[in-house]
Amino acid sequence: MITRLTHMNIYVLDQDSALDFYTNKLGLKVIIDAPMNKDARWLTVGTAGQPGFEINLTLVHESLLHSRDTADVLRELIKKGTFGVGIFTCTDIMATYEELKSKGVEFIKPPTKEFYGTEALFKDDSGNWFSLAQLTPVNV
Amino acid sequence: MDQEQHYSYPRLYFYRRIVQAKLFIDQHYTENIELYGMADEAHYSRFHFIRKFKEVYQRTPHQYLIFVRIENAMKLLSSGMSVAAVCEAVGFEELSSFSRLFKRRVGINPSVYLSRQQALLKQKSESPLTLVPHCFAYQYGWVKKEQFQTNEQ
Repeated sequence: MITRLTHMNIYVLDQDSALDFYTNKLGLKVIIDAPMNKDARWLTVGTAGQPGFEINLTLVHESLLHSRDTADVLRELIKKGTFGVGIFTCTDIMATYEELKSKGVEFIKPPTKEFYGTEALFKDDSGNWFSLAQLTPVNV
Repeated sequence: MDQEQHYSYPRLYFYRRIVQAKLFIDQHYTENIELYGMADEAHYSRFHFIRKFKEVYQRTPHQYLIFVRIENAMKLLSSGMSVAAVCEAVGFEELSSFSRLFKRRVGINPSVYLSRQQALLKQKSESPLTLVPHCFAYQYGWVKKEQFQTNEQ
């Protein structure tokens, strides 16, 4: 029986820039930042309210997982905003939206009322997009 | 659809002032902040300001200031800085109140937290692969297949 999701990958184009975006702009905490080789490091971040869940900010690079061609294609797709990665929830979307906007986060949709709550869409520094949502209690 | 269609100007003004107050604390938490000067500046009564701040952030401005100081203390302790230096660096005047508030939030004393973080720093520099699930380490080419299989057995 599966009980928890503990790690998920977000492919990023630059780990230094991603670290700045996810911590200084989104306000997530670094869980592990350990260099592995000259090109990449194991870099995970998480939200304060969800201990035990780590987001791996994974550098797109040539590896057993991706050939050079695949890595090149993946980089282009990320830059184009192909991937919707997930939903971050918050307790007050207008305050969170105002704060993130003041820190320079690019929103592609402002807070809008939907049947499940209020939702905005933003992009990370690589081009991945997320929903920022304040869900109505029935969905929380 | 623009947000202004959903939120009136006074409501947007209110949000912007509350967010500015929060960001002010984020940036000046090391200083001796006069928290309620922010209320005066925004032309709110202190009571109204505290109530609205708490509505948005689930903490009063003072509680939020303590929260930010402790969060930053955790970061500094993780870098190996001493407890006394961290206490001063994040804006506490007394070590005893820092230790008490740290323990209340984190569950352990700052000195215990520091020694655990020092062990983690050592692990990170001496054997970083022990921090990575080997399924990932193998796929990224950080361990050889034989190592991966050995560790999985």
